[in-house]
Amino acid sequence: MLSYAIKRIGLAFLILFVVMLGLFSMVFVVPGDPAGVALGPRASPELRAQLTERMGLDQPLHVQVANFFANAARGDLGYDVWSRRPVLEMILDVFPNTLILGLVSLGWALVLGVALGCVAVVWRGTFVDRLLGVLSVSMIAVPSFVIALYSLLIFSVWLGWLPAIGAGEKGDIGSQIRALILPSFAIGITWVGYLARLVRASMLEVLAAEHIRMARSFGLSERRVVLTYALRLALIPTVAVLAMGLGSILSSAVFVEAVFSRPGIGTLATNAVSNRNYPVVMGTVLFMTAFYLFVVTAADLVIARLDPRVRDVLRS
Amino acid sequence: MSLLEVTDLSLTYASDGVVVEALRDVSLTVEAGEVVGIVGESGSGKSTLAAVLNGLLPDNARITKGAVRIEGTDLLTLPEAGRRRLRGPGVAMVLQDPMQAFNPVLTIGRQLVDFQHHLKDLSRADKAARAEAMLAEVGISDPAACLRRFPHELSGGMRQRAAIAAALLLTPRLLVADEPTTALDVTMEAQILHLLRRLRTDHAGAIVIITHHLGVVGEICDRVHVMYGGQIVEEGPVDDIHHAPAHPYTQALIACDPAAIPGRAARLPTIPGRPPPLRRPVPKGCAFAPRCPAALPQCRTEAPPRVVLGPRRSALCHRVSP
Ligand SMILES: Nc1ncnc2c1ncn2[C@@H]1O[C@H](COP(=O)(O)OP(=O)(O)OP(=O)(O)O)[C@@H](O)[C@H]1O
Ligand SMILES: [Mg+2]
Repeated sequence: MLSYAIKRIGLAFLILFVVMLGLFSMVFVVPGDPAGVALGPRASPELRAQLTERMGLDQPLHVQVANFFANAARGDLGYDVWSRRPVLEMILDVFPNTLILGLVSLGWALVLGVALGCVAVVWRGTFVDRLLGVLSVSMIAVPSFVIALYSLLIFSVWLGWLPAIGAGEKGDIGSQIRALILPSFAIGITWVGYLARLVRASMLEVLAAEHIRMARSFGLSERRVVLTYALRLALIPTVAVLAMGLGSILSSAVFVEAVFSRPGIGTLATNAVSNRNYPVVMGTVLFMTAFYLFVVTAADLVIARLDPRVRDVLRS
Repeated sequence: MSLLEVTDLSLTYASDGVVVEALRDVSLTVEAGEVVGIVGESGSGKSTLAAVLNGLLPDNARITKGAVRIEGTDLLTLPEAGRRRLRGPGVAMVLQDPMQAFNPVLTIGRQLVDFQHHLKDLSRADKAARAEAMLAEVGISDPAACLRRFPHELSGGMRQRAAIAAALLLTPRLLVADEPTTALDVTMEAQILHLLRRLRTDHAGAIVIITHHLGVVGEICDRVHVMYGGQIVEEGPVDDIHHAPAHPYTQALIACDPAAIPGRAARLPTIPGRPPPLRRPVPKGCAFAPRCPAALPQCRTEAPPRVVLGPRRSALCHRVSP
């Protein structure tokens, strides 16, 4: 288990390294020099030279690469071209908003998804099951920003029940929660259908297994059979998919934050892109990649704990 | 009142529009303390019959006819809660596939303790101690360690013995064992058979044992039922079946038993031909007729009669006369 953990974490770092190389070369792939692109065509040469120096672009390439990695390792993601604030600080400022959005979305998805999945299993083959099937597929098919736009229109503009923009007042939990409902629902709903299908399928597979018949043949209650003998096995694929899901949820967050003008990594990154604020673009992408790798790796380790068979394959 | 009474039971499986007649007019009576063997080739419906006995049939199975009574209670009309109470101490089951029998994410100990949930007065520690003692009895050398293991860490033979231990822990009134010794070597098999015999002598438990192995039948059974194509084609006391088989299929089965063949045969004899079709509509006449060396013309067109040869002794054949 330990050597597996080390291997998985090593792999995560390797991927991060490759992503960083890619990010770094992005600066050179984009036509024009970054300072010039950032400043626009009418900037004076002095200003351009100043910015070039500030961004370290006047140094030899290998020094730039080395600096980039060394700084990143120290948690220094550079400075905002305009405000000169440290990028990491800017990210950490808004990241909790995005994280909460992501987790609440995941919460919606998980609670509704597992519940609907179990309902479909209990009433399998009936009208309810088929209805849930159709519903799930439609939930998967509609992109979250479409849901975001419509829910904004209905619940904020027409009904006026929930705030349309922002993340709520600082220090006012109630308003923060109200501001979370629509965006998290818009993101989570696309995952509800997915999880419901997944839970249904893996639950049915597990319930048909011989060991479930064995457990039943000893007269265990259906509750015990489903909750201790089947659910744990059925959740293994769900955990794996959820980790992937968080990645996609964070990328939907970019759009949904834009629709709701909600401060977060998504808005930070979109603004930085439109202002050609390279350090911020690179910083946010790097941060999100690192975070995503962290989640996926953690999920793999959780799966290894849930399933003794995986644990053993890994041990050998 | 018999412990188990199956009368004229017919069962079908439906899958993709195909209906398979897995059991046809099966009758089986087992008294308390009796050991009954069920033999027959692969696909003859043995495991299906076993599944009927504790009411755990797959979703696509349908009982079309007949009755199953355990201690006088009709199993087919019994509500699920009642069936569940019966499972375990009433009817315990050793399933055919030892590799898949245990839950892969729970330890053997956890499962053996859970399976004793009927014993309400015992603590989990007491149940674990009982499980450990029973594992030792079925010949597992380090039972305490075995309790802490996950199923995939045990060999097939160990899992099979653990499954037998699980069933014996409940001292069931009826034990249904579906090929309980297939993964075991000869000495292990003898030890398990000895334990099964003790269930009956010490606790008056009855056993239905399903096997391919005629040696096992001779070793432990009082009576035998021979199945072919979803039907019981012959039944009778072990000695009669061994020494005076009436049905041509039973005769062929005994002739093919490797243990019965003296010396070293160049080739083990087999029954020529293919297993009978079970898909509806099942052909008229005797299911064994196409493979039967003694078939008469009417065997192919008319369903064979059940010829009673004595008390609890009968055969399903045109050729047999009382
Ligand atoms: N769930 C099912 N769905 C459809 N057909 C089935 C199902 N289970 C069994 N059958 C069919 O029913 C017949 C009897 O199967 P069963 O498992 O009872 O045979 P068996 O005598 O136990 O065989 P074996 O010795 O190989 O274990 C076979 O033809 C089999 O293909
Ligand atoms: Mg079988």
